[in-house]
Amino acid sequence: MTTTNSLDRADLRSVAAGIGQDVAGPAAADVDRQARFPRESIEALRDARMLSAYVPTECGGAGASLAEIAGAVEALGQQCASTAMIFAMHQIQVACLVRHGRTGYWRALTGEIADAQLLLGSATTEAGIGGDVRSSSCAVEVAGDTFQLKKNAPVISYGAYSDLILVTARRTPDSPPNDQVLVACRTPGLSLRPTSEWDTLGFRGTCSPGFMLEAGGSVDAIMDDSYGDISSQTMLPVSHILWSSAWLGLATAAVDTARRFVRGQARNRPGVTPPGALRVAELVAVHQQMKELVHGAARRFDEAAGSVDELSGLGFAIAMNSLKVAASSLVVDIVGSAMLICGIAGYREDSEYSLGRHLRDAYGAALMVNNDRILGNSAQLLLVSKD
Amino acid sequence: MLGDPIREVLAQYGRLAVDVSTLDDRDDLYEAGLTSHASVNVMLGLEDSFDVEFPERLLRKTTFSSVAAIRDALHELTDAAAS
Repeated sequence: MTTTNSLDRADLRSVAAGIGQDVAGPAAADVDRQARFPRESIEALRDARMLSAYVPTECGGAGASLAEIAGAVEALGQQCASTAMIFAMHQIQVACLVRHGRTGYWRALTGEIADAQLLLGSATTEAGIGGDVRSSSCAVEVAGDTFQLKKNAPVISYGAYSDLILVTARRTPDSPPNDQVLVACRTPGLSLRPTSEWDTLGFRGTCSPGFMLEAGGSVDAIMDDSYGDISSQTMLPVSHILWSSAWLGLATAAVDTARRFVRGQARNRPGVTPPGALRVAELVAVHQQMKELVHGAARRFDEAAGSVDELSGLGFAIAMNSLKVAASSLVVDIVGSAMLICGIAGYREDSEYSLGRHLRDAYGAALMVNNDRILGNSAQLLLVSKD
Repeated sequence: MLGDPIREVLAQYGRLAVDVSTLDDRDDLYEAGLTSHASVNVMLGLEDSFDVEFPERLLRKTTFSSVAAIRDALHELTDAAAS
């Protein structure tokens, strides 16, 4: 599919908000109930050329900053957290490709993402590794100018709906587990055999079952930069910022629901301040804390984006780890408090103040790369960091 | 002369996939299996062995990318302390 209309980076957030309100929001309950891919939302994002928002303008994209992408993710998250998370995960892959793919192959692929609005997925975790994305057991095998790769991936988000998947693997069959490369895998050389179902508490629309992935193709599809560099300078910070933005959108939706509920109570009995009004004031203060945290991190990345030295510093890594842990905890606190304010109306699945899906989605945040793993990493870095 | 104690620290804390004595001074330690987790322990081991403190600006992946790079960093620190 080729779209010809253009997208101005200044409009990113409003375009996302419009798609959220008109498409993703109305479909969100059904996407959640059936654990189905939000096709209509992703199609709408495609039609608006949102999938190439981070692609530089000279390659046909909107040339947006990460803060602008984050704003779009947040706006989508207010309507459908699964759609927001898919959009976020796609943009993380685009960021890796735009920032680290320098050869002709990658420039051409970047242009193709813009022309055809390709949806990019990722396969970083591997069965038998225990969740450490900086360690691989599978390896790239090169013969002449082609590669072969086989990976048992316990989770590939929207794998069945991705046009291209970026896969981590050891550089060669003789490389140690942490000497990894990132490989672009796509049809016709790509085959995915599902190995599990995706029936989870939340983020049900991300459709993230396990797959046995087998891929082959030109060695040009193996990125030059080591995955270690790609991870520390781009994938890790961008992931934490965009995930946090999706959770912020989710939190905002819950706060808005609680505020709407208390306004309704106030209208019923003018002159009497509803009991929940104080809790709303308290909730808005925590929400502000989360908002400033997430927006600040996105700005910090944009300011550091050109400096490898800044991005690979320990202080930056610790800050991004702290962002993820803090934002994923705050979203649970905020949605939980909003439900207390709405009371039984929030607990019901059939009310206009229903917060069940939000609460279930919120609990996923601490698990996508477990907070304990992230805190463990920060704990190590803090042993030597003097910042 | 600093070469050997550096290799000792690497052998003890680097958890490399290969014997450190087989590595050339310029060989990439990350390609030899040095993880970021292990590199922290190498830093701590070096700080103890050489009685130095790596300032924040030297806490970079490149500082620990090879035996030679570590030696350069240590020289910089010990020279600064001597002057």
